[in-house]
Amino acid sequence: MILLGGKNATEKDSVGAVVRASGHATLLHCYQCGKCTAGCPLAFGMDYNPNQIIRLLQLGRMKQVLGSRAIWICAGCWTCTTRCPCSIDIARVMDSLRVIARREGQTAQGRDVASFNDLFLQSVRRYGRVFELSVVLGLNVRRRRLFHDADLGRFMLARGKLRFTAEKIKGVKEVRRLFSRQGAPVRTRKERVKE
Amino acid sequence: MKIGYYPGCSLESSAKEYDRATRLVARHLGIQLYDLNDWNCCGATAAHSTDHFLAAALPARNLMIAEEMGLNVTVPCAACYQRLRLAHRELTENEATAREIAELLGRPYQGKVRIYSLLETIAGIGLDQLAAQVVRPLKELKVACYYGCLLVRPPGTGCDDPENPRLMDELLLAAKAEVLDWGYKNECCGASLVFSERRLALRLIRNILRNAVDAGATSIACACPLCQTNLDTRQGQVNKEFGTSFAIPIFYFPQLLGLAMGLYPQDLGLGKHFIDPQRAIKAVGG
Amino acid sequence: MPRIGVFVCWCGSNIGGVLDCPAIAQEAASFPGVVYSTEYKYVCSDPGQKLIVDAVKEHRLERVVVASCSPRLHEETFRQVLRRSGLNPYFFEMANLREHCSWVHPDTTVREQAQRKAVDLVRRAVAKAARLEPLFPGKIPVVRRCLVIGGGIAGIQTALDVADAGLEVLLVEREPTIGGNMVKLDKTFPTLDCSACISTPKMVAVAQHPNIRLYTYAQVEEVTGYIGNFKARIRQKARYVDHSKCNGCGTCWTRCPVTVPDDFNLGLGERGAIYIPFPQAVPNKPVIDLEHCRRSTRGKCGACAKLCPTGAIDYEQKDEFVDVEVGAIIVATGYGLFPWEKVYGEYGYGRFRDVITGLMFERMVNASGPTGGKIQRPSSGKEPKTVVFIQCVGSRDEARGKEYCSRFCCMYTAKHAHQILEKIPGSEVYVFYIDVRTFGKGYEEFYRRVRDEGAVYIRGRVSKVYQDGSKLIVRGADTLLGEQVEIAADMVVLATGAVPAAGAADVARMIGIPQDKDGFFQEAHPKLRPVETHTGGVYLAGTCQGPKDIPDTVSQASGAAAKVCGLLLRDELETNPLVSKVNEALCTGCLACQPVCPYRAIQPVTITERLPGQPPRERVVARVNEGLCQGCGACTVACRAGAIDLKGFTNKQLIAEVDALCL
Repeated sequence: MILLGGKNATEKDSVGAVVRASGHATLLHCYQCGKCTAGCPLAFGMDYNPNQIIRLLQLGRMKQVLGSRAIWICAGCWTCTTRCPCSIDIARVMDSLRVIARREGQTAQGRDVASFNDLFLQSVRRYGRVFELSVVLGLNVRRRRLFHDADLGRFMLARGKLRFTAEKIKGVKEVRRLFSRQGAPVRTRKERVKE
Repeated sequence: MKIGYYPGCSLESSAKEYDRATRLVARHLGIQLYDLNDWNCCGATAAHSTDHFLAAALPARNLMIAEEMGLNVTVPCAACYQRLRLAHRELTENEATAREIAELLGRPYQGKVRIYSLLETIAGIGLDQLAAQVVRPLKELKVACYYGCLLVRPPGTGCDDPENPRLMDELLLAAKAEVLDWGYKNECCGASLVFSERRLALRLIRNILRNAVDAGATSIACACPLCQTNLDTRQGQVNKEFGTSFAIPIFYFPQLLGLAMGLYPQDLGLGKHFIDPQRAIKAVGG
Repeated sequence: MPRIGVFVCWCGSNIGGVLDCPAIAQEAASFPGVVYSTEYKYVCSDPGQKLIVDAVKEHRLERVVVASCSPRLHEETFRQVLRRSGLNPYFFEMANLREHCSWVHPDTTVREQAQRKAVDLVRRAVAKAARLEPLFPGKIPVVRRCLVIGGGIAGIQTALDVADAGLEVLLVEREPTIGGNMVKLDKTFPTLDCSACISTPKMVAVAQHPNIRLYTYAQVEEVTGYIGNFKARIRQKARYVDHSKCNGCGTCWTRCPVTVPDDFNLGLGERGAIYIPFPQAVPNKPVIDLEHCRRSTRGKCGACAKLCPTGAIDYEQKDEFVDVEVGAIIVATGYGLFPWEKVYGEYGYGRFRDVITGLMFERMVNASGPTGGKIQRPSSGKEPKTVVFIQCVGSRDEARGKEYCSRFCCMYTAKHAHQILEKIPGSEVYVFYIDVRTFGKGYEEFYRRVRDEGAVYIRGRVSKVYQDGSKLIVRGADTLLGEQVEIAADMVVLATGAVPAAGAADVARMIGIPQDKDGFFQEAHPKLRPVETHTGGVYLAGTCQGPKDIPDTVSQASGAAAKVCGLLLRDELETNPLVSKVNEALCTGCLACQPVCPYRAIQPVTITERLPGQPPRERVVARVNEGLCQGCGACTVACRAGAIDLKGFTNKQLIAEVDALCL
């Protein structure tokens, strides 16, 4: 049951944050035609369809949205944004929701996706480029499925498609500076202590 | 023609053959690729899903490097291409972000760099020019050109029509391949979702393969390392999951162009595929 | 036997794709009387028409049969062709091979039967054609005056347009002022023009127009006659104020000691027993509501009479009757609101004071309304912060309301949502809808603007509204999410649908206009004759014909005016010759025909009969008024003596047709 009216509408502010973060004031434009859902390649795997995510935001149901699996299933293919008749950048709204969910620690529904993103960015932070092997293995470790996709690993290895050592780029310090910003997602222990 | 080259992380490991074929074909066509000095990762999906600032800041450093080198950039990877284009837009339109990044990196970005996909760069030399280089027409090759998402979307940053892209088709037509019209040329392969939500992603991959095969394709051409890896290396998993028996070779489009120009298959990295492309190569007399 | 020509039309592939037209033409050549028979792709086209003209000349044709489409489409076309060929236009008969054959039997398995049916249809037409007689339209004079019934925006617009054309107009309005529903509205969508500001100048123009005679607080009680020559009786209700003396100073209505809920403001305000409905009323002179007047309820008071400086108060005034003659009538009786209180118990049957209708909201938000434009909860007078709108109340509800869409509610609700968000900072607006219909120019843009302003549209119908302390709990569903929704609201506004105005049925009966299943007046053709009725000389304007918004109403009103001008600016009218005729020699005067005539065209007359060898005697026979008769033929069936024939459809002709089909 969705409760609205008066004190029930307190979540509106956080929706405003999404609207702002999405760089669009058009979320309210949506008239629920469902074209985003119609074209979404992953709607079949979502708990809320893309149009329902927008709908929930219109109703101010931020908690419900952040707790959804849909925002983590979205692969960022931009089909929805491309075809939206109301010029809503739905893909970017999804991005914003993931950003907020992660900031607020609400990643239960998308643990693997969030882990992958974390490991990826950690690798970029450390080396300046992504070290594919460490990301994939890291993910397997976190998921306690060490041999997930091991067959592929063997194949890649045989074709010389996996690097075993990561090389730092020269300007890695510059890259790290980009991560040093207040509220940045990947932090060293030292930074965390400082904060 | 001189142009900056931003290979991106994948082309250094899982998509080595894309890098190799690109460099060979470029040289053959007289395109001089200059690697951006000490480039860094664009941040990919991980960055824009996690932090809007990083999503702009990581590609920004590469754009600054290109600007310092006085070059435009060509990008073979679809994801890198889109990140660089979007970052360029953010830096030129959002002053606050641009200022903050400039402060962190100790230099500004003037916004002079033009970012091209590899498709555009090769097409830029002229289709006639390209056709003139063809010594081994790809006549027997029924190929479905697969563009995926990030080369063509969102509109405004894409390098071709988002609903019916034609660039790759034109290039391969110039190489005398039989290109097919098919419905999934701009559908999503699941991208990095394959690492975290494999079952969902496999279904997308299955759909693309099925549509291509139904359209009569004997091979698929790609312009993105993640698309190629997903469509190629996951065919075994798809077959297991859905009881199918796909074995369709997935090429990087410069590999096919290289073949048509008479380059050696081995040099083009054609031995590095999961699905052996030998039959397709033989069919075109390679 | 007259010489008959048959022309079979392919109608492109409409007929030609199903039926073998050359074969039909060939077979028709053998029918009795047929001297020429041919087929052509499009007989209605220019070359097709020429084909007929030439054949008439060449083959000396005396009757023409065209086998093509419905007479509704092209009968008149071909009659004109006959006229051009020098034949009486009524020497024409049509066989409908399209609607009656090829369109309904496209199935290839019944080709043969369809072909046989087509031939039979032509055989029938030929049989009738052989018995056709020449007919000639009559002439009737025209009274150059128009009666307009209803003084809302439709009546006002149509009256002004007719009057501007130089014709005399009588405008009759039953309320004490003209203006109708429109003048009650605050702003009009989507431009947000002030409704009163754009309608009151038109009201004044009506009052001042030299060609318009205005009857307010009056009703048309009786209409007789026919196109060009109607007679109407107007009842001028007693106002108990002599308007010829009254100067509208306002002393009486400000000092009346009685207070009554104000119907103009839908009960949201109060008025005296002597009152004008609103400050800009036209005429700006009061009437006394005798039912509530203290002098009549308690027998003493008379304050208004004592205070009136001109001595205009007349408690003894009686209703008066005015008989008028007019050539045309425009009906513009408007709409009323669906009586939701009687039907929707789930919305409280009207017992929750904070559940109001859209029209009440209009009065509330209107600066000259009972709250001076302040939006407030009727229960407490406090400003509502959360307002819920419920659309389609009474509309699109086959079970308890009306099946149809009332068309303007989506837009007025959007406007209300805008007004709340504009006037009450921090307010929340929720709109429950089934579909949002924004059909007009600039409407979709307005709907989009209102959503941008923060109105939350929820797709779903509200199931229940109940009072919980000072709040109204609105229970609905968001069908797009598939979840139930509950809103604690301060005020609920119902978008009540439109129904025909009270008394519409009486007007319909009085004038003889058919009503549709919902009681709206039936136009002659839904697309091509939208302002005409099946009764000659009677036209429709505005929402009496069906729900419509102001632009459509005004357009239709101007359309009706143009029709009336087209009619009344002629010196005389041609009557339709296809009317009933009584053979007085056979008529027994039983008058069984009279009650079946829907147009009241039959009256008894006394004739003097002279039979050889007998003294003249008087007897009663039925007589048809050819101006009123619409040629429906009901009387011919009712006549036991077989004395009535419908010209163009005589008993002899019909029997010949039946014989051709059945023998």
